[in-house]
Amino acid sequence: MSARALFSSVLTALGLAALVSAMPPAQAADTPDPAADAKAFRDYFVKKFPKVKLDDFVNGPYSMNEDMRRQWEEKEQFPPYEFALEAGKEMFATPFKNGRSYADCFANGGIGIRQNYPMFDAKEGKVVTLELALNRCREANGEKPYSYVKDEMASLTAYMAFTSRGKPFDIKIPDDPRALEAYQEGKRYFYTRRGQLNFSCATCHVQSPGERIRAETLAPALGILNAMPIYRSEWSGMGTISRRFTTCNSQIRGVPLEPQSDEYRNLEYYLSYVSNGLPISGPGARP
Amino acid sequence: MIRIIGAAALAATLLSAALTPARAASEDDFKTAYAAADAAEKQAGALRNQWTTTEAALAAARKAAEAGNFDQAAAQAKEAEALARASIFQATSEKEAWKALEIK
Amino acid sequence: MASTIRVRAINSGDITEVQALIQHPMDSGYVKDAQGQTIPPHFIQQLTFEYDGKAVFVADWGPAVSKDPYVKFAFKGAKKGDDLKVSWIDNKGASDATTAKIQ
Repeated sequence: MSARALFSSVLTALGLAALVSAMPPAQAADTPDPAADAKAFRDYFVKKFPKVKLDDFVNGPYSMNEDMRRQWEEKEQFPPYEFALEAGKEMFATPFKNGRSYADCFANGGIGIRQNYPMFDAKEGKVVTLELALNRCREANGEKPYSYVKDEMASLTAYMAFTSRGKPFDIKIPDDPRALEAYQEGKRYFYTRRGQLNFSCATCHVQSPGERIRAETLAPALGILNAMPIYRSEWSGMGTISRRFTTCNSQIRGVPLEPQSDEYRNLEYYLSYVSNGLPISGPGARP
Repeated sequence: MIRIIGAAALAATLLSAALTPARAASEDDFKTAYAAADAAEKQAGALRNQWTTTEAALAAARKAAEAGNFDQAAAQAKEAEALARASIFQATSEKEAWKALEIK
Repeated sequence: MASTIRVRAINSGDITEVQALIQHPMDSGYVKDAQGQTIPPHFIQQLTFEYDGKAVFVADWGPAVSKDPYVKFAFKGAKKGDDLKVSWIDNKGASDATTAKIQ
């Protein structure tokens, strides 16, 4: 119970309820307001790029550069993630050694639910991402967990994203101070400078979307996770959200944390939440 | 004769002094420098903010020490400590500084 | 085992536009793995598209072509419903082939 609530309940008990409403709001400046954050986040990018349709932000650099978009649209007729997607569909349908399957671990058999992740797990008191949920499903059924950064994890999340294509991100922050704190931690991570190059996520994706960093065109932070997992030409292969977070860290000369560390889980929670309403477009292809 | 030799010896000493550090680093010098760098890097680790370049300098220090090159090893260790301290400073100042970047 | 070749051929009047995506590591032989060992060269050397018994597109590839190559080209003289045969052979002697109907 917060200090304010305790104090006000004491006042009420003393028959001094009228005084309760006269109390100044406790820690109003520190209490995060995710809905207001999300609106401000969206407004910032819409104002910065008035010609880009809201839903188009999920296409990252292609929403920023016409020539890149043309090449990408052509490639989407025969997308490079097609092999991983097919492999993921097959993997998802294959039962574990104990006879159970991934469908048993997820709502709606795991189909069309990607847009609900990450979600806050009240029992654990932490954020659970889709990648984490998949490996937990495996371990709960006697299977070894997969690497978080590529291969099978990328194929599985590619398939699950595909079944949710077009559905808007629907991340919930329940009325639980721990959930609010996880959200706030994710936000703090996003804006904190790190690595010898002293970049924060915001340095590239809030301050410089559409501009170049070496040969790459930077994507806007709004909708940046909607296309995950991605086939990235630079990687000559698929990569998950975990892969992108860890490689972004090392690119700015910061030692990456372990995939699915609390910081990364919270970061994914924040970034997904502020993109609520924008459609899942994964799996995606990027340069 | 002795004076000439003395002058030449002095010149040689001064020349070599200009080319090498005041005193060659001993293994103990390296160990001290490395311990300081390692402790700083662990502190940065606790702050979840280590730099890849710090790790590289520490590795270079270890490699030079293994080869018996304690001058190089100590220099790398000192560089690693400087980098680690910078990363600690970054983590500490960013605790408040991040708010300046936030979209409001 | 599933084919490594995805192909789509669309006819419009005299022109048939062909797109193909081929699953292949296309290792150049110049890249080292995480342990520092050179990954041996493993790439498609020849890719052939045949229509009516004749080669309409032949590619002689080498280490410069990236993983999972994508090819697009157009040729004349085919009709909807005809067959287009696609085949490749790599430097290890492995091969794959598939036949697609022109749409």
